[in-house]
Amino acid sequence: MSEIKKFMFVNRKAPYGTIYALESLEVVLITAAFDQDVSLVFLDDGVFQLKKGQQTKGIEIKNFSPTYRALEGYDVEKLYVMKESMEARGLTEDDLLVPVTVLTGAEMGALMDEQDVVLSF
Amino acid sequence: MATIEVGGKSYETDEEGYLVNLGEWDMDVANYIAKTESIDMTEQHWEVINFLREYFEEYQIAPAVRVLTKAIGKKLGPEKGTSEYLYALYPYGPGKQACKIAGLPKPTGCV
Amino acid sequence: MLHIVNKSPLENSSLESCLNVATSGDVLLIEDAVYAATTGNGFEPKLLAAMGKVKVYVLQPDLDARGMGDRLVAGVTSVDYSGFVDLTTTNNTCQSWL
Repeated sequence: MSEIKKFMFVNRKAPYGTIYALESLEVVLITAAFDQDVSLVFLDDGVFQLKKGQQTKGIEIKNFSPTYRALEGYDVEKLYVMKESMEARGLTEDDLLVPVTVLTGAEMGALMDEQDVVLSF
Repeated sequence: MATIEVGGKSYETDEEGYLVNLGEWDMDVANYIAKTESIDMTEQHWEVINFLREYFEEYQIAPAVRVLTKAIGKKLGPEKGTSEYLYALYPYGPGKQACKIAGLPKPTGCV
Repeated sequence: MLHIVNKSPLENSSLESCLNVATSGDVLLIEDAVYAATTGNGFEPKLLAAMGKVKVYVLQPDLDARGMGDRLVAGVTSVDYSGFVDLTTTNNTCQSWL
């Protein structure tokens, strides 16, 4: 594992309705231990994972949204959100709980092409 | 599932001895778990425990050792942000032993 | 009749299919379907159009869990778990769109 590879995690599902978002986050935290180049992208309903103000008491599921703010401490600093996905959901960057880079679909596609490994959730 | 009994109170734990309900944690059970890990709790030990509990409160995870070391260095001073310092306090690993005493789950990715 | 939908309308077509089929009655949005009833969502115009023929409900705890409690589309009724149960008893039949 001496060679650094570019890993991209593609998040396309809303939190809580399915387990994908939480599973992805856990794999990202584990991957971060291996000193690889990690990018997280959020598109389609995946952008909902980063919505501020999640309150899960009423559905009795752990609120894992604060963990996205821990990613910086894990040296995972490349977070990208797709512009069209965000706009289609009535969200702006101010609605998100971490700083992100907003990319258009075309820019997102180009970034995806540069990766060594792409994992979809 | 197992339980720990301390001072007439019982605490539920998993098969490895980690508390199941974080909310049940108190100093009594922390001291008890420390004893089972053969650790004499000093002010320096508590400093790490309190840091871990604050970290969990904020991020909802137990940090990986590398992340903990870096964050401790930032908060408590660079001389404490080293694995030598943390392993001297918790010989079997700050992730494993300190998290258990702090009442947190095992760190994600810690085996 | 009560229609229950649990998938986001931007990921899955079950809500759209449901609204194409349901000509009257109640539609309850739960889990990821609650996003359909939030302002600015791309599905909002279709939901508003459907509200002329069906009554739309949303499960509030699912809205709150997703941080969307403060942007419910006007005209949609929010219910809690007991309101959910009431809807299943006041309607004779119930269809879950998977």
